Amino acid sequence: MTKGSVRFENVTKRYGEVTALKPLTLDIQPGTLCTLLGPSGCGKTTTLRLIAGLESASEGRILIGGQDVTHLSATYRRVSMVFQSYALFPHMNVLENVAYGLSVKRMPKAEMTQRAEAGLEMVGLKGFGARLPSELSGGQQQRVAVARAIVLEPEVLLLDEPLSNLDAKLRRHVREEIRQIQQRLGLTAVYVTHDQEEAMAVSDRIIVMKNAEIAQEGTPHDLYERPASAFIADFIGDANLLDVEVLEAGAATRVRLLDQTHDLPLASSAKGPAKLVLRPHQVRLSAGAAPGGISAEVSYAAYLGNSIQYTLATPAGEVFAILPPSATPFRKGDSVTLSWHPGDLRLVAG
Amino acid sequence: MTRTARLWGLLGVAGFVLLPWYMVPGGVLSLGWPGDPAGASGLVAVLGGRVWLAGPGLALLAALAAGFLLRDPQARAKAWVICGVAGLVLLVAQGLLILGDGPRLAALGTAAQPGMGLGAFVTALALLFITTTGISARGRGRGDAFVTGLVGLIVALVGVFVFYPMAFVLIRAFELKGGAGFGLSEFLPRFFAAETWSLACLAGGWCGPAVNSLALALATGLGTTTLGLAFALIFTRTDFVAKKLLRVLTILPIITPPFVIGLALILLFGRAGTMTEFLHWAFGMEKTRWIYGFGGVWLAQMLSFTPIAFLVLIGVVEGISPSMEEASQTLDADRWQTFRRVSLPLMRPGLANAFLLGFIESLADFGNPLVLGGNFNVLSTEIYFAIVGTVADPAKAAILSMILLAMTLGAFLVQRRWLGRKSYATVTGKADNGQHASLNPGLKWACYATALPWAAFTLVLYALIVFGSFVKLWGYNHSFTLAHYKQAFAITFRNGLHFTGAAWDSYFSTLTIAAISAPLTAMVGLATAYLLVRQKFAGKDAFEFSTMLSFAIPGTVIGVAYVMAFNFPPIELTGTAIILILVFVFRNMPVGVRGGIAAMSQLDKSLDEASIMLGANSFTTLRRVILPLLGPAILAAITYSFVRAITSVSAVIFLVSARHNMATSFIVGRVENNEFGIAIAYSTVLIVTMLAAILALQAVIGRRRLRRSDRVAA
Repeated sequence: MTKGSVRFENVTKRYGEVTALKPLTLDIQPGTLCTLLGPSGCGKTTTLRLIAGLESASEGRILIGGQDVTHLSATYRRVSMVFQSYALFPHMNVLENVAYGLSVKRMPKAEMTQRAEAGLEMVGLKGFGARLPSELSGGQQQRVAVARAIVLEPEVLLLDEPLSNLDAKLRRHVREEIRQIQQRLGLTAVYVTHDQEEAMAVSDRIIVMKNAEIAQEGTPHDLYERPASAFIADFIGDANLLDVEVLEAGAATRVRLLDQTHDLPLASSAKGPAKLVLRPHQVRLSAGAAPGGISAEVSYAAYLGNSIQYTLATPAGEVFAILPPSATPFRKGDSVTLSWHPGDLRLVAG
Repeated sequence: MTRTARLWGLLGVAGFVLLPWYMVPGGVLSLGWPGDPAGASGLVAVLGGRVWLAGPGLALLAALAAGFLLRDPQARAKAWVICGVAGLVLLVAQGLLILGDGPRLAALGTAAQPGMGLGAFVTALALLFITTTGISARGRGRGDAFVTGLVGLIVALVGVFVFYPMAFVLIRAFELKGGAGFGLSEFLPRFFAAETWSLACLAGGWCGPAVNSLALALATGLGTTTLGLAFALIFTRTDFVAKKLLRVLTILPIITPPFVIGLALILLFGRAGTMTEFLHWAFGMEKTRWIYGFGGVWLAQMLSFTPIAFLVLIGVVEGISPSMEEASQTLDADRWQTFRRVSLPLMRPGLANAFLLGFIESLADFGNPLVLGGNFNVLSTEIYFAIVGTVADPAKAAILSMILLAMTLGAFLVQRRWLGRKSYATVTGKADNGQHASLNPGLKWACYATALPWAAFTLVLYALIVFGSFVKLWGYNHSFTLAHYKQAFAITFRNGLHFTGAAWDSYFSTLTIAAISAPLTAMVGLATAYLLVRQKFAGKDAFEFSTMLSFAIPGTVIGVAYVMAFNFPPIELTGTAIILILVFVFRNMPVGVRGGIAAMSQLDKSLDEASIMLGANSFTTLRRVILPLLGPAILAAITYSFVRAITSVSAVIFLVSARHNMATSFIVGRVENNEFGIAIAYSTVLIVTMLAAILALQAVIGRRRLRRSDRVAA
């Protein structure tokens, strides 16, 4: 019933004096793709390696599929991993690489070859079996690494920044493939990345980590729409964070921004300083001065074809805006007024 | 894991009940009859009144019972550790306390016992692995029973075969005269004696052996590293035509029995040497005895040890990822800058290892200083003479060997500082596909100019050796003869095949023992390297230090230590072939360790982790991923230990017996009788044998294929 689930109960990891992971409790549901997202050094890779069994927990319990694996060595966990460097064995050809895990389990040769071939076919590398890893492109090596991990039919598939060595166009393609394979096989997958767009694109659920602990977890939609902190708001989808003071808290909120007061249709819990989250594409601009908005000056404009990006200097700080292309774009130095739809705004703790 | 512990428990009990506990006259491995008192198993011996043997047996039974009865894994693991440790302690204690001529303590009565045999060995092994399995089940070593078992095994082996015999030497060094106990009062003055540390040679006199040894070792270490690097670069980074010949030529000196190079140098450069005569005739140069002293010994050591540096460096130079060099070149560095700023720093582990090996080899070298030293005394020969000289002084030998030890350990520590904590991994799991940069012309010609004359010199020397084996009396009567070969290797066919030559016995036993010890050495060495590079465990530094220690101990000292330690129970091995195998394994193992470390630190750790994640255990990972990628390092370790077993003389000379004579001690005997012809003929046969063995090994293990080609870009 819990096959494929991953559970941490107050797991910590210390290297001597350094705490790599503060007491962590998390649950990953079977069959979902869960991403560990965060800046480098946040503990996401440590968490992944703890699931893998490549590191042992200093304290706490780790359960995979309901079974306590805290003291079980990596060899015996039904978990596979795709490494950032791919870690393909350079002295084996592609088929031998993919079949390695099967041959370790002493599977009959015919079945082994057949399953390895099937794995290669799944990642679109049929017929590449006899090549050496060094004779493949980066994207192909990456797929071999994925095939090698999934032919074992693991309970949990771990992916450690699997796309970081690929070029941007390939990345989108490969991440879609990974997601499709994961969904087709109904695998539980744990995916480590520092790229929030990648995380949003592939995940059922995202766990954002910061300073060796969880900052927030939820679906991509939750994290984007209901960020719990300024860090999340900025990390998940860009955000302009404007300093405000909450004057009236409750079901509706009144804030002061600069010298203006705004009524916002959203709930807040406490009065005092807070930050207003304004996403770049929610910014509206009009020429000249207008009442109810913030006056600003265009300090940079970039034409991207499908959109125009502006950097605006305002009394509340720098604001980044993305607007649809228009026949009369603003230019550097233009005076504009910045406004928004109040329903789009979010409020996070200062 | 539970299965592992139960299996060892059953095996241990079987060994205790069935196998002869004591050494059987026929040797450690022969079985004898269970009914025969000499071949009695542990159980039979206990029933026969040797109650002190019951301890290890009971410990085994208790561990086995715990394995089957206890349900809680943690409690079971704890029971294993307790039983295993208790059994081992009891086993060691009874062995050390009750000797061949009775117990050390009067309170234990008068019982005596012979040395331990196969039964004791199996029991000890079972207890050891039960302990380590218990430790891993308690979560150490990431719960990997193979890793903890390997650590335990190597610690036990090094403890018994390095520390235990060395303890006998140490006891000698600190023993006060007349059996008055131990102390520093005699040790310190002799350790810092002026005659040992004299610097008189700066003023025209003779320096002390410690100063001589140090100067010689530094010169040899630097020289061999430079030459080895030149050879390695020519080999990997140029389109030099005669690479194959070069490879054979650089291997020749290590496969040369001791004394031969010294002898050839004397016959070439001695006062009546061929070269000296020629220079005198052609240029009127004065005939001197310069070859006897620092210059001669240094020359001989350079000839002997350059190939070691080459073997270490070629693996490292080959292992540098071409993309690093290509990256440098695309950053607008020219070929010289690339070499200077990228390739050379990446070779640092290799260079440091090559220097360390040359330095230590030079300090421990015994054959060359003996033949060429003259008045230039070094520590190793002084130690030898302190033991076999007219006035035997084991205490002096012990103290001098401690000076030697201090120097080698010092070098070891300096090397570790220099390497620091930088990463030198260049073979990662991400396959790359470039080509090595070739050398710039200046460097290329510098390498040629250093290495090629040297190669030519080596070639001439070897031609002379072969020539010498076919002439009646080198230097005096140069008429052709086969007499030397006939005397050593005659075969008669009367009533079947008979090996009637004088050398056959030692030849066959040398080959057998070398062939047994070489793979064992490589296994122990590489397993140790694997633990040091890839695993984390408590006490790793001490572990590394102890495994390197046996290399720092000169052969003469190890030989004497083995004789002193293994001449009587509990471990009685003198006169057997086993003691020869052991001395080779533990003397040569550090070469395997260092080579393995250098090669393994170039393999990215994610390769191991990938294998582990794919369900392989550490053993399978080692066998299927790491070892295949270490091809050259394994080859070097096996080759080197095979050859060392055949050519080493210093330790062996104390350990050979009538039944197991070795080639080198046979040759030494001939040299002492001034039968140079037969000595050189035998050496020539050995050289040919080893050459054939090396080429066969290379063909079997082959070259690794990591990149599309190993060709060098033009």
